[in-house]
Amino acid sequence: MKKICALIVDDSSVMRKIVERSLRQAGIDLSEVREASNGAEALSAVNQGGVDLVLCDINMPVMDGIEFLKQLQSVEIAKGLPVVMITTEGNEAHVVQALSVGARGYIRKPFTSDQVKQHVIPVLEKS
Amino acid sequence: MTPADQTATPDKSTWAPLLDQAVAEVFKIMLGCELQPPDGTSEDHQPGDFTSMVGLAGDLCGVLTLRCTMASAMLMTSKMLGTDTGKIDEQVWDAVGEVANMVAGNFKNKLPGLGDRCMLSVPTVITGGDYNCHALADAGRIEVMSLFEGSPIIVSLEIHT
Repeated sequence: MKKICALIVDDSSVMRKIVERSLRQAGIDLSEVREASNGAEALSAVNQGGVDLVLCDINMPVMDGIEFLKQLQSVEIAKGLPVVMITTEGNEAHVVQALSVGARGYIRKPFTSDQVKQHVIPVLEKS
Repeated sequence: MTPADQTATPDKSTWAPLLDQAVAEVFKIMLGCELQPPDGTSEDHQPGDFTSMVGLAGDLCGVLTLRCTMASAMLMTSKMLGTDTGKIDEQVWDAVGEVANMVAGNFKNKLPGLGDRCMLSVPTVITGGDYNCHALADAGRIEVMSLFEGSPIIVSLEIHT
């Protein structure tokens, strides 16, 4: 699998570091990691180009993860960009909502690096 | 009665074990630690240095509170990050807040039928112990205590009708 640039979106800086570590433990070769603390910052990061994968929380201030997904749909540079949600909002309704607005996967917190691997690798292989 | 009506009615006999389980899972999965049950003396050492609060709104309304000592907060942060944390800073507040957030989310996901009708707030972290918290809960309180590397972690859920 080629090296990728991952964008990690979470209002917790500790959680962003945990997600990055989980990606590396899952064997995903990261050329670059970008961070954003809300959906608006994430949109800016995507618009800079070069992002191969987004891992995104849902509950965040300023712009939440669902609104980010909705707005991402109109970003030309983001066509086909895989987004995997990582969130405490793990009920069925949230999963369905996220998938309906473009998420490719859904990981519930708390999570293991094995779960990250199981959900992210197939998404990368398809993209 | 809808499933949501059932879940919004607190039942200490069934909810306390679920809350205990939610706490244990977060510490095991995210920190790699097995929490221990309280020993005979831990009730005498109520932690008050760090308090993390997460609000719940919707069919289940209330406040989840996690309390721990300063040393426990720093140890939590170190275990989450995989590096030593030498001082109290924003990262420690962030880590303790995120643990409470995951406990709240994990607990609510264990209540069947609650669905998307309960939302979590972003966490608030209070440092220091010289305060009183008045949650105005009128439907009961559930509290569980565990030992994290020998220090008590107290998680309580105050429920509003």
